[in-house]
Amino acid sequence: MKHARIACHGAIHEATEVNSRIKLSDGRFVNEKEVVWLPPVEPGTIFALGLNYADHASEISFKAPDEPLVFLKGPNTLIGHNGETRRPKDVDMMHYECELAVVIGKKARNVKREDAYDFVSGYTVANDYAIRDYLENYYRPNLAVKNRDTLTPIGPWFVDKVDISDPMNLKLYTYVNGELKQEGSTKDMVFDIPFLIEYLSSFMTLNENDIILTGTPKGTVNVVEGDEVVVGIEGIGELRNTIVGDTVFAR
Amino acid sequence: MVIHAKARFSSTIGLEDIVVGHSHIEWKGEKLTEDAFDWQSPVTGTIYGTLLNLGEQVDALSGEFNQAPYNNPPNRPILYIKPRNTINTHLKEVAIPKGIEAVEINATLGVIIGHTATNVKEENALEYVQGYTIVNDVTIPHDSYYRPAIKQKARDGFCPIGPWMVTKENLSNPDSLMIWTFKNEELIQVTSVKDLVRSIPRLIQDVTEYMTLSRGDVLLVGVPHNPPLAVAGDTIRIEIDEIGSLENRFVYEDVQVAGGEKV
Repeated sequence: MKHARIACHGAIHEATEVNSRIKLSDGRFVNEKEVVWLPPVEPGTIFALGLNYADHASEISFKAPDEPLVFLKGPNTLIGHNGETRRPKDVDMMHYECELAVVIGKKARNVKREDAYDFVSGYTVANDYAIRDYLENYYRPNLAVKNRDTLTPIGPWFVDKVDISDPMNLKLYTYVNGELKQEGSTKDMVFDIPFLIEYLSSFMTLNENDIILTGTPKGTVNVVEGDEVVVGIEGIGELRNTIVGDTVFAR
Repeated sequence: MVIHAKARFSSTIGLEDIVVGHSHIEWKGEKLTEDAFDWQSPVTGTIYGTLLNLGEQVDALSGEFNQAPYNNPPNRPILYIKPRNTINTHLKEVAIPKGIEAVEINATLGVIIGHTATNVKEENALEYVQGYTIVNDVTIPHDSYYRPAIKQKARDGFCPIGPWMVTKENLSNPDSLMIWTFKNEELIQVTSVKDLVRSIPRLIQDVTEYMTLSRGDVLLVGVPHNPPLAVAGDTIRIEIDEIGSLENRFVYEDVQVAGGEKV
């Protein structure tokens, strides 16, 4: 089943997809145009992977790492489907990153890869934007690049694990203003989902609603104010976002 | 001298007013010793640490800043996150992972945010602060700051915090606080908030320029140069003027799984 968190009719609701419509947990059906989409999961720790597709690594002049390149994000950076992401006016290179987000379902410590999916509750789509102008070579990529407010759209749907038969063989794609810009498959991850769960849980405890953003394939290009960016993953959903400028934020 | 503070216990919801005296803590009219309480973290939000914010550390490393892999001196505050599995509390044990001999003791001041802070100016920054606490950013020693130090900093139980919060009204001057680290009751390091490269208000300004800090979030002001090490069996006590003392014993992972849960 597909689940969402949305705001409408004066409250925040849990909703599910029923016959391609949005059904609130109180029974009401609502029109997509009437709702504000929130991040589908209230996040615990948010992990993100850098350079986890070999073709993207070479695209930005790195070789794929020997060990996962993991960084963390705060809850401030998440926004829901149909949200607006701020592009500061002084930057030259801001790119989207279409990523499969894996949601942890229960406490996980020292998990072996063959058991890893037992600890997954489901999946969603994330757009892990980066502003490369702000890269500095200290704890790179640092929070100024990756953890800015509005920089990580996520959603629209959280999809139950059982509905995705093979998460390691899903098409990913990004459209900018309706034009296909990025295409890939989760089968090309350098470190796959079971590896990442085994790796992270080997040195720390993962908890329910921790989220792992698993990295992006080749095809990341600059986006500018006014661009509509849609990142999608086969069977999970399409996440729309608009780039806006500083004036919207009174900057 | 007594300290007026706010604490969270396993038996309570929200923050409780306490008065910390020399040998007793007064709570709801009763005087108890500190080991009578099950101390919880006084904060509930995200904990953000700041690298390279003590003058002594920056001076010592400045010769490396123009060399690979750094190539340039740091420009913005270099932040990292201590995720929720790292939270640990006063008088609880800290587990040293298997295969690791010793861990760094990074004594620091935690600035607790009181209300939503976005794009705050330095001159107003302290209006957004609720109070202060003590943090031990326990870290596995690492020489390179090039990549995020998740494996070194995000271990279970690697962020003792507390024991309580002292609200800003009860603290005379946060910019001149001294931080004292004791190992087995011997003083082994002294640092000063005066030595910050970015003062507390400046740090809040430069961080909230790009990310919102919310009520309950904590900003650690910086980690010391040459942090002392702890091995299993050591008791570490970090004292900050006008706030109090945070004490933890270090044990091997086999003895204690982190996150404070006994096996």
